[in-house]
Amino acid sequence: MTQPVNQAEIQKAILEQQNADNRKKMILNGVLLLLLLAAPFAMYPVFLMKILCFALFAVAFNLLFGFTGLLSFGHAAFLATGSYTTGYLLSNYSGLTTELGIIAGTAVATALGLAFALLSIRRQGIYFAMVTLALSQLVFFFFVQSEFTGGEDGMHGIPRGKLFGLINLDDNYNMYYFVLAVFLGCYLLVQRIVSSPYGQILKAIKQNEPRAISLGYNVNRYKVLAFVISAALAGLAGSMKSVVFQLASLNDAHWHMSGEVILMTLVGGMGTLLGPVVGATFVVNIEYQLSQGPLRDWVDPILGGIFVLTVLAFRSGIVGEIQKFVKKNLG
Amino acid sequence: MSMIFGVPLAVLAGQLLIGVINGAFYALLSLGLAVIFGLLKIINFAHGAMYMLGAMSTVILFDALGINYWVALFVAPLLVGAFGVVIEYFLLRRIAGQDHIYSLLLTFGVALLIGGVLTNIYGVSGLRYSMPDVFQGGMKLGFMFLPYYRVWVIVLALLICFGTWFMIEKTKLGAYLRAGTEDSQLMQGFGINVPLLISLTYGFGVMLAAFAGVLAAPIYSVTPVMGSHILITVFAVVVIGGMGSIGGAIITGILMGVIEGLTKTFYPPASSAVIFLVMVVVLMFRPSGLFGKEA
Repeated sequence: MTQPVNQAEIQKAILEQQNADNRKKMILNGVLLLLLLAAPFAMYPVFLMKILCFALFAVAFNLLFGFTGLLSFGHAAFLATGSYTTGYLLSNYSGLTTELGIIAGTAVATALGLAFALLSIRRQGIYFAMVTLALSQLVFFFFVQSEFTGGEDGMHGIPRGKLFGLINLDDNYNMYYFVLAVFLGCYLLVQRIVSSPYGQILKAIKQNEPRAISLGYNVNRYKVLAFVISAALAGLAGSMKSVVFQLASLNDAHWHMSGEVILMTLVGGMGTLLGPVVGATFVVNIEYQLSQGPLRDWVDPILGGIFVLTVLAFRSGIVGEIQKFVKKNLG
Repeated sequence: MSMIFGVPLAVLAGQLLIGVINGAFYALLSLGLAVIFGLLKIINFAHGAMYMLGAMSTVILFDALGINYWVALFVAPLLVGAFGVVIEYFLLRRIAGQDHIYSLLLTFGVALLIGGVLTNIYGVSGLRYSMPDVFQGGMKLGFMFLPYYRVWVIVLALLICFGTWFMIEKTKLGAYLRAGTEDSQLMQGFGINVPLLISLTYGFGVMLAAFAGVLAAPIYSVTPVMGSHILITVFAVVVIGGMGSIGGAIITGILMGVIEGLTKTFYPPASSAVIFLVMVVVLMFRPSGLFGKEA
């Protein structure tokens, strides 16, 4: 038989373990933050901003897919709505400060997200994916035919303007720290959401929806809220993207973009916080590196291959696999 | 010139005809998707790529080996179907039993892979393919001109659709198929090679797509991206018809082609979006599609 154990001692040990874990996490986060702050001095800031924008997009998507189990195949619609709205406002109203333009883009994407959510939320699994795909196609055709988007040519020369009317964003470093601040804010927000009781309910819905219903949760309301938050963050990513690159194009609205964000999330590790960030960094880097070299024309097939490999061989993604490895060998 | 709702009859009839032809393609393609989803629960995002491979291989077979249209009509679908069997065997089989969504993601990757490779080799500008001489010309119907090839496409597509429906819903082979995918262990017990059956079913669905590709080669621009353009529309058709419903896919396919043609006549800007609009409306009122069983 086992030794008699002292309850208090066990609890103390658990607490100590948790504290040690938290300390490790804090150190890791601190190092990452320092790296992010120093990064523009080592790498081209615009490239880093591209990564941050896509990372935010993927984080937004992952909140829905990774944590709630809803595969939206229409997230490009929110990215594009954010980027076109912000681009249009900043190009046409010179009195508007940049942050107001970005807030407006995010707001319109949020409203669109609410509409999508209300139309799609009652559908399950693959039907949900298909409805969101169809809705985003409608949005795509709207953008193709509207005059203000510049159709196939897209919008060019969107001014970056001044943040709060003071900080000149034409300076790449200023712009980078602004994007980084927004990104970190959103990342922390998602972290907070996921670890909150609300986040626990989302996870419960993902794992066993009938059970969540039987526990008395109004599942659809939670799903709608998750969808709207996700759409808002995706819209914000699009808005910032249009300011960073000073252009908005149909690429953002095309269903391939919805596929790409799925790839980023999957490669990084869906359902983990850091996964989408790692995935976006990985995919954007691969696209960039390939486009520089002799494999320039092979970006699509290589991404396709990565897709196939990920689904077949390491479905938990880079971060998920590392977590598994750590748990198995070091835990 | 007689007018209907302010549109000349000839224009309307012309658009309707184009609608029916497009509808025939939608029907063939959505039929393949419905077979693959209905029997195997695989969401085949590579379907557009298979359609494209059918058309591309028709052109390539002709350019490289001088193989004509009539032979290609059999050879191209068989080649592509065999390729489908290979994909099923090496890739899709490994994720059997997982969430359907993984089949979507996997085949999406496969589609990117195939499309990307062919784009590199052949570029995105269209390859030319001339139709057999028999089909040159057409008949005058008084109010419009009806090209022979289009008639051929409609007739052949309908025949294939009906044949497939008949085979799956009415014959013993179809019964095996449906049973094998419902309860594979039981069918294994009866001595039926279910994994082979699954490979062949996937191959057959893919063959239907490739067949549509061969039919499309003489009338549409043949490019490596032709599949990704049509794929999303065809998915909408399948969802409207009810995923997995064989008859639903055929009827909805033709119906959607006609609706698209009519929209093009009366309100052109909406023509590319109308199918998606229909899909959204249908799903709001009938979540499992027009012909789908309630889940």
